Amino acid sequence: MTSIVVVSAGLSVPSSTRLLADRIAAVTAQALEEPEVVHVELRDLAHDLIDNLLTGFPSPRLGEALDAVRRADGLVAVTPVFSASYSGLFKTFFDVLEPGVLDGKPVLVAATAGTARHSLVLDHALRPLFTYLHAVVVPTGVFAATDDFGDAGLDARIARAAGELASLSAGRGVARSVPSTRRTVEEELADPTPFEQLLRTLAPS
Amino acid sequence: MQIGIFTVGDVTADPTTGRTPTEHERIKATVAIARKAEEIGLDVFATGEHHNPPFIASNPTATLAYVGARTDRLILSTATTLITTTDPVLIAEDYAKVQHLTDGRVDLMLGRGNTGPVYPWFGKDIRQGINLAIENYALLRRLWREDVVDWEGRFRTPLQGYTSTPRPLDGVPPFVWHGSIRSPEIAEQAAFYGDGFFHNHIFWPASHTQQMVDLYRRRFEHYGHGPADTAIVGLGGQFFMRPNSQDAVDEFRPYFDNAPVYGHGPSLEDFTEATPLTVGSPQQVLERTLSFRDYAGHYQRQLFLVDHAGLPLKTVLEQLDLLGEILPEMRKGFAEGRPAHVPDAPTHASLVAAAGGAHDTSVHAVDDVTGTTDREPDREPDREEVSA
Repeated sequence: MTSIVVVSAGLSVPSSTRLLADRIAAVTAQALEEPEVVHVELRDLAHDLIDNLLTGFPSPRLGEALDAVRRADGLVAVTPVFSASYSGLFKTFFDVLEPGVLDGKPVLVAATAGTARHSLVLDHALRPLFTYLHAVVVPTGVFAATDDFGDAGLDARIARAAGELASLSAGRGVARSVPSTRRTVEEELADPTPFEQLLRTLAPS
Repeated sequence: MQIGIFTVGDVTADPTTGRTPTEHERIKATVAIARKAEEIGLDVFATGEHHNPPFIASNPTATLAYVGARTDRLILSTATTLITTTDPVLIAEDYAKVQHLTDGRVDLMLGRGNTGPVYPWFGKDIRQGINLAIENYALLRRLWREDVVDWEGRFRTPLQGYTSTPRPLDGVPPFVWHGSIRSPEIAEQAAFYGDGFFHNHIFWPASHTQQMVDLYRRRFEHYGHGPADTAIVGLGGQFFMRPNSQDAVDEFRPYFDNAPVYGHGPSLEDFTEATPLTVGSPQQVLERTLSFRDYAGHYQRQLFLVDHAGLPLKTVLEQLDLLGEILPEMRKGFAEGRPAHVPDAPTHASLVAAAGGAHDTSVHAVDDVTGTTDREPDREPDREEVSA
């Protein structure tokens, strides 16, 4: 089974961001043998996200969403463009993820906007964010301006990006060959680094 | 079971009046609160250490020494002593001195601090926080246990032939707790040495506390200090109570809504559900407190935060009076079902007994020319003479 988590940050209902997310998710699922797709709609978690910023810990339902991302084999991240970048809500979700959670994880980046003039947001904003988080961003990003929803080219880009994500998520690509050297808090709690080893790293050379 | 209070020493405006106490008022209030803690029968008073506004909690040993002089029984501790940015040589000296001044009523809790710039202000790098805690504590232990220390490490200038004075009272260093919210390495450190582990607890869901305490207990046993349920655990706690629970909620809400740590975030109701904060009647506070054992096991020290978020001194003292009223019930509750093999938190007296009695370890300088000291070799000074 390959689990895909779809994080979308649209605000309106219905939302073109969610529409794009759903189409990407469906095509990715088709390319996988045993797909499990979980949607994380950030609008529903907006208050929880702000509370997490202020208190330092997630509410139970935000915790579930973060856990789903932690366990996912691949991630689809879709944001509307606000002021020439990802939205604050979208960024907040990735701000409260614990460091290391996205290490080596395949991520498909996608964005929606009113006009095609924002299309470089994928490469100027989203790609650097996920590079910083040590994710493996698939080569094809999907940008959809309002007009693109009536254009056959969007389906082709979705198919290409979804194929790349499916391939990497199912372990057929390079992502799994880049193991993380960073240990998360969860890993330390389950299997702590022995104290002798912590002391040894400090021994004067 | 030790029950007490801890303060972070924040100088915060009272949101109901808009008035911010002066530093002087806050410092004196801290002493009044500590004395009240003794008066109502609590066991421990602990102060934090911060080196920036809005806190008055720099130099915790001065506060502890002063409170020690104004109290008779209270155990004096910290929450926390900054092991990262404070020179371990000064920690060794300062706490040994307070130990002597208070006849052994002092222990300390080590922590890493909460403000980034404190590190560069003291010439340290926050990215080395864990490593500083590990190296500095390893040195601190030696300074209290070895009369003459030769030492070299990564973060401090080397020591050659250094003797930390005064030597620990009766030859027994103060007991050490290690405090950490979310760093497994610190629970591991506490377990390795068989020291105490304290979880702040109050700003976090019980699941966080449980994970860290479990790790500490498991590793305490792994390192051969005894079964996991004999490890030395401390927890924070936070309450606001009035005889009528709705009065407590109404009175505390503006303080909660504007509190420096969690204010303007989750609702009081959500936060009391997610964390150990209890706002209600004394009975509710009693029941909630006794439920901490459900996930932390039988533990040794419970410290409450009572004086933050701009609560006026008068209110804090009233809160302590109410705590004093339920204290006998709380002690009874903690004793219920507690297995006989679960130890109490170490005290100076118990550590001295474990060491086979008190030993004076004073180090007297040797005259380089005559090879003699000013100490008469055949006579141990007795306690009466020393204290006279």
